[in-house]
Amino acid sequence: MKANCWMGRGHVEVMDVPDPEIMNARDAIVRVTSTAICGSDLHLVDGYIPTVKKGDVLGHEFMGEVVEVGPDVANLRVGDRVVVPFPIACGGCYSCKEGWFSVCENSNPNAGLAEKFLGHSPSGVFGYSHMLGGFAGGQAEYVRVPYADVGPITIEDDLPDDKVLFLSDILPTGYMGAEMCDIKPGHTIAVWGAGPVGLFAVASAYMLGADRVICIDRFDYRLRKAERLGAFPLNYEHADVLEMLREMTGGRGPDACIDAVGMEAHHPAMATYTYDRVKQATRLETDRPFALREAILACRNGGVVSVVGVYGGLLDRFPMGSLMNRSLTLRGGQCHVQRYLQPLLQRIREGQIDPSFVISHHLPLREAPRGFELFKNKKDDCTKVVLTP
Amino acid sequence: MRKKADKVERALGWAGLTLGAAQLVAPRAMARLRGANGARAISAAMGARELMHAATLLNGATPTRWAWSRVAGDAVDLVLLSRAMTGRTRKRRRTRMLDRTPMLGRLRREIPTRNGDLTTAAATAVVAGITAVDLVTALRATRHRSLMSLHASVTINRPREEVYRYWRDVENLPNFMIHVESVRAIDEYHSRWKAKAPFTEIEWTAEVIDERPNELIAWHSVRGSRVITKGSVIFTDEPAGRGTVVTVAMKYAVPGGTLGTAIARMLGEHPEQQVRDDLRRLKQVLETGEVLRSDGSPEGVRALRQARQRPAQPVGGRS
Repeated sequence: MKANCWMGRGHVEVMDVPDPEIMNARDAIVRVTSTAICGSDLHLVDGYIPTVKKGDVLGHEFMGEVVEVGPDVANLRVGDRVVVPFPIACGGCYSCKEGWFSVCENSNPNAGLAEKFLGHSPSGVFGYSHMLGGFAGGQAEYVRVPYADVGPITIEDDLPDDKVLFLSDILPTGYMGAEMCDIKPGHTIAVWGAGPVGLFAVASAYMLGADRVICIDRFDYRLRKAERLGAFPLNYEHADVLEMLREMTGGRGPDACIDAVGMEAHHPAMATYTYDRVKQATRLETDRPFALREAILACRNGGVVSVVGVYGGLLDRFPMGSLMNRSLTLRGGQCHVQRYLQPLLQRIREGQIDPSFVISHHLPLREAPRGFELFKNKKDDCTKVVLTP
Repeated sequence: MRKKADKVERALGWAGLTLGAAQLVAPRAMARLRGANGARAISAAMGARELMHAATLLNGATPTRWAWSRVAGDAVDLVLLSRAMTGRTRKRRRTRMLDRTPMLGRLRREIPTRNGDLTTAAATAVVAGITAVDLVTALRATRHRSLMSLHASVTINRPREEVYRYWRDVENLPNFMIHVESVRAIDEYHSRWKAKAPFTEIEWTAEVIDERPNELIAWHSVRGSRVITKGSVIFTDEPAGRGTVVTVAMKYAVPGGTLGTAIARMLGEHPEQQVRDDLRRLKQVLETGEVLRSDGSPEGVRALRQARQRPAQPVGGRS
């Protein structure tokens, strides 16, 4: 089959690889009908996530049709149409029982490796480094799905792929980012990043009752999408973000801040940007956390900083003094997608949200490298690339 | 055993502290006591060495680690003392020459006497005694180290009885102990084990030496086995029904001793990591039904595999 593989830093290639097969009794094989390129795939391609190997099949946002099930998968049948959550979760461990699916205690066969980097291991993830399991990803014609009796959600009605595909990652991720903010009536929420996750965080913050959402980015075409969702756009290349946020919130700061940017942020001040860029390139830090630093400084006293942008390891010049002295709450997490599948599918069905608005490009799978190129360099007003095998 | 060793170490530590302090405070008097060999600087250096080792002994964190360096220090002391005995005549002849260099000139003032020879002999006897004790401690420490101690624990979201029952059926053990090829129960307390080792396969017989249902199993390899191992596994409840804690403590003789361990560590097969991974697999088996495999390590995980995986591509046995 064809699959999009990581072939070195900044380099992906669609190659012929063997078809997947059932390896565990709770596996299913899914024939992919739609798959997407995620912002976090860019961190892999740029070489900032350790333990990626040449030849790894990428992709963790995908859906399709079940073509084979293992003997212990009772809830799926061949022919079922499913969306597959990106975290692999067993459903039986303490974390899963508590609903913390993305930190499942059993789904990462390389947990020992992750422990060396992170202290404890999170769940396994499709196509996301060997530290997170070494599972082949979803930018392929077929995917093996472990614990298929727990993760995948069956889509029974005729909702098109474009409307339900993002249940696999970015819609619930944006939603969880907003949910972690403990939004109350009258709240102002600031969202860093108007990429797909940031846009879904904006939409979710309104769904959860925010009074006002401010969205910060540097690309006007993305900010326009946020504006269409009702957000106040703030281009950080043309305005002092901290100043503007203070002004817009009566001097107090936003009640909660969402970081939907992560480890490869940009900064308008050349000196600051260069400082972290150099440290990151020389691996003195793995992450450049401009958005996170700013989110902490901007947040009102006692507010929440919610992190759904992906971080990989270590960062510096972290404003801990601001966090501690001003009683902020810092929350983060890879999304516990399984928890949000049903409620969000319900919202899609009811028309409360149509996630397909983030899509800017449809490409065939064989053009995945071009998709990465467009997405990474924000060319052609690219916000989200959906690939069709 | 451990207690007794502690006492010996503490005694050695206090002796060292006294001697070292005395040599630093009154180097000349001590040198004279030793038999008048060595300048004040040498005396002070020996004192500092004594103090350093006394600190390692009394500090008590890992006193055995320094045992061999203590033996080496003792040896230096002995050499100095024996030179004091044999070099006496030569020194008498050299005294005039040494007189010209101010520092070494001090040696001249330490007038050797018949009495000096006797004190040197006595000092040598004392140091030889200390050396013997240090040597025994060092040897014992080395022997202990070749029996490697491992600890690991895991929390499993299943009832304690079920976890215990699974482990007590020894024939289940190879399902999660990746290096164990097979375990065959001989009778209720004895079992025959077969394991993979680099280049070879080893077999041994294990015996359950203690057992408390749902709480503890302790075992050792029977006398004369090629593998020397003993250990215990304890099963306890996490409070509030949060699962069963399985704690393994074991000792075993590493094939190839310290060098073997170092090599294994470099290859990513560190024994402690192996035990942790084994327990993780036990958890997978009990909580999810089987050991999870991924494309990067399709045969199930060995620590070795984590360092050198195949790409995360489907394995493709069928095509």
